[in-house]
Amino acid sequence: MASSDTLVAPPATRTPAPPGRRPRRDLTWWLYLLPGAVLFALVIGVPLIYTGYLSLTRWSGIGDPTFIGLDNYRRLLDDEVFWTSFRNTLAMIVAMVVVPTVVGLVLAAVLFDTIGRRFRPRTAAALRAAFYLPQVLPVVVAGIVWGWILRPDGAVNGLLAAVGLDGWRHDWLGDPDTALPAVMGVMIWVQIGYPVVVFMAALQRVDPELYEAAEIDGAGWWRRFRAITLPQIRPETFVVALTCTIAAMKVFGPIYALTRGGPENATNVPSYFAYYTFFKKLQVGYGSAVSTVLTLIIVVVALLFIRAQHRAERRDGGR
Amino acid sequence: MAVTLTPAGPARRAPDRHHRGVTRWLVLAAVTLAALAMLVPFAVMLLNAFKSPGDYSTNGPLSWPSEFYTKGLVTYWREADFPVKLWNSTLIAGSVAVLAVVVSLLNAYALGIGRVRGRLWIVGAFLLANMLPQESLVYPLYYFAKEAGLYNTRLAVIIIFTVIQSAFGTYLLASVLGTFPKGLLEAAALDGSGKWTTLWRVVLPNVRPTLAVLLVFFFIWTWNEFLIPLVMLIDNETQTVPVALASLQGDRLMDAPTTNAGALLSLVPAIVFFLIFQRTLSRGITVGAEK
Repeated sequence: MASSDTLVAPPATRTPAPPGRRPRRDLTWWLYLLPGAVLFALVIGVPLIYTGYLSLTRWSGIGDPTFIGLDNYRRLLDDEVFWTSFRNTLAMIVAMVVVPTVVGLVLAAVLFDTIGRRFRPRTAAALRAAFYLPQVLPVVVAGIVWGWILRPDGAVNGLLAAVGLDGWRHDWLGDPDTALPAVMGVMIWVQIGYPVVVFMAALQRVDPELYEAAEIDGAGWWRRFRAITLPQIRPETFVVALTCTIAAMKVFGPIYALTRGGPENATNVPSYFAYYTFFKKLQVGYGSAVSTVLTLIIVVVALLFIRAQHRAERRDGGR
Repeated sequence: MAVTLTPAGPARRAPDRHHRGVTRWLVLAAVTLAALAMLVPFAVMLLNAFKSPGDYSTNGPLSWPSEFYTKGLVTYWREADFPVKLWNSTLIAGSVAVLAVVVSLLNAYALGIGRVRGRLWIVGAFLLANMLPQESLVYPLYYFAKEAGLYNTRLAVIIIFTVIQSAFGTYLLASVLGTFPKGLLEAAALDGSGKWTTLWRVVLPNVRPTLAVLLVFFFIWTWNEFLIPLVMLIDNETQTVPVALASLQGDRLMDAPTTNAGALLSLVPAIVFFLIFQRTLSRGITVGAEK
């Protein structure tokens, strides 16, 4: 499969070839891999394959699974909840990847280029910490606090009442029309600090003279952003986009804490759907099918990303 | 690293100083406002964690507490058996951090320095494993744990996360060790040091900063994990801090002030780690992003 070298390209390209060829392979190295390999097989390999097998069965978790071929997958195609949950994944990608990456780029550039250089660097560091703070919380704790803030008697409605907008008071998470946007808002809040911190760290590689010189040449903020900031931090942008996309496709904790996928599945996502099917409906085969589809999509997306990154790196190779 | 952040000195000045002078303050004000907005949820949580339920229902979520009410905190502390949860989380996250770093180092030693055959495939498998949704593992893990008598034990969760975290650690460390100075290894070999001794005497001291970053990351990531602890740990004696908060959510005693008190207690450890490890973390994010 051609994807094998694309898959591991990032570390490989940064690894210089060993200077001298080793005469022969030393087999005792494998001993060092042994504990890791055994654990890996037990905790990841076997369960992953077993889930794949279970997706072809009907099973309640008790007794023996009944093999039913692709029936679960056929059922998925007709399942409204399945389609809704994957549509909501797109909303999660907007909230956890697109908005945080774009806003994060601008914020990092402003913090670095404007605030970091024109005020004291400590100012930039303090502001960065404020954006990053939600990232350090257990995401479930954040979900529970926000769940309360958005409740009918919570802080958002309290604030609306306080400024005289009583008519806007709303059960934000209880109404199928507002639940998804509300959850998206929470996820933006949770996620925004990650790109800001990564991008700011990346910008520290950039020679500050570059900005000074560009400025003296009359380049405005936007020109500097496009000509210096963006190209310099492209590797990090890839990493952030990839890791956030995968996180968005796997999101579980916040949904569990905020809405449990409700109301009327308005905020259901594949991982919550799978969890619910496994442990509440006890349809292990069907839940396995949902998980398997999710896994395949994630793997494909990851491979596409890594491939794109690899290409971009090769294109820049001659620079 | 912070040195590069400092402006290049007063000798060079932007030509359009008048324009910049006002703009920069506006920019600072806008970003500061945005940063403060990020903190508002923490502020309202803090406000309501010290409010009595009666006060909350009459005066709402935005009022200043009429008295400094700490019974919400006490209720949650007792009702959730918080010290037990704190110990469970610490034990699980601490064990995972140490074990996963050891496993990562052993794996990466064979992959990055040993350069075993097929290492690209192996590193690729670890990378991919790190991306898998836990849903694709959770039911078999739950089932096997029940069969093995490990269900509802912290040990099960420790083993699982040791593997999941070391998948990332192996990926990262293998590429770090791939660039390990050959001279050091050759010198060690000339001194007659075997692989095992070289690992602990030569390799380990040189990658200690990276290992420290991994240790902190693994600890915090494991501390914040939710799905697998939720499925695996079902009683008071074994649950972690986040799981305890989530399972008390919607409970009869969880009025708004108690919910906020519980959330406050649950996030204090996270903030403490953040403050303690801030330096390690910001260095680590650079490492993580570059590799």
